[in-house]
Amino acid sequence: MQYLLMIYQNEVEYAKIDTGTSQKMSAEYEAFTQSIIRNGNFKAGDRLRPTTTATTVRVRDGKTLTTDGPFAETREQLGGYYLIEAKDLNAAIEIAARIPSARLGSIEVRPIWVYDR
Amino acid sequence: MTPSEIEKIFRDEAGRALATLIRLVGDFDLAEDALQDAFAVALERWSAGALPDNPRAWLVNVARHKAIDRVRRQAVFRGKQQALVHELELNAQAPDEPPAMLDDDMLRLIFTCCHPAFAAEVQVALTLRTVCGLSTTQVARAFLISEEAMAQRLVRAKQKIRLAGIP
Repeated sequence: MQYLLMIYQNEVEYAKIDTGTSQKMSAEYEAFTQSIIRNGNFKAGDRLRPTTTATTVRVRDGKTLTTDGPFAETREQLGGYYLIEAKDLNAAIEIAARIPSARLGSIEVRPIWVYDR
Repeated sequence: MTPSEIEKIFRDEAGRALATLIRLVGDFDLAEDALQDAFAVALERWSAGALPDNPRAWLVNVARHKAIDRVRRQAVFRGKQQALVHELELNAQAPDEPPAMLDDDMLRLIFTCCHPAFAAEVQVALTLRTVCGLSTTQVARAFLISEEAMAQRLVRAKQKIRLAGIP
């Protein structure tokens, strides 16, 4: 099965961490990503720029409306994701728990909707 | 056998038989429906003649074939499920398992129902309904909520087991 692991954390807090911690975090992410590539679980994964760079698009009455943001209104923001292949939910949870940000924020595990036809 | 004697056997065996069926067919709803089919066959056969040596194994066996029939009916439109039918048929040829195996299935089912991916009240409701064999009405009464709300909760939980791949 495929799962999307969505990494939520407080980006304002995360921006405040010092360079040393940040480098350590990057190294941990690199090691984690390499390990799931080796195990064949990795499908895709990216880090996202903060929500200050985000644009929200809506189409209403045929008109395209864009708004700046959303900004950090909620406690945690989507900061990145991994698309993985895992045997079942237990395997997906085990992988999600190894994402370095799981210790700071939270990881939402969602099964991918597969269309049969 | 009288219908009340048969009913007692159903009550005693339903939980374990269902647990084994869920492992074999991998789908809660399909297992429940197939077991109901097997009960219907049993009621007819057992009231006419003698009881099989191992009623639970007999029920599981009949239900397993009923499940294959049900999947086959759906498989006409869905090529993918033919692989499942094939797999179930292979399993069906295996000899009946001893009762000890059935207890493993019960334990497995408890772990599925009490998976930490469910809220505590969902774990309890699902276990009472599936493992302990209480009716949806009885479980709803225990939680002091309406039967519809409980039915809804159980449907969502069973859906999550299937869609989120809870083992």
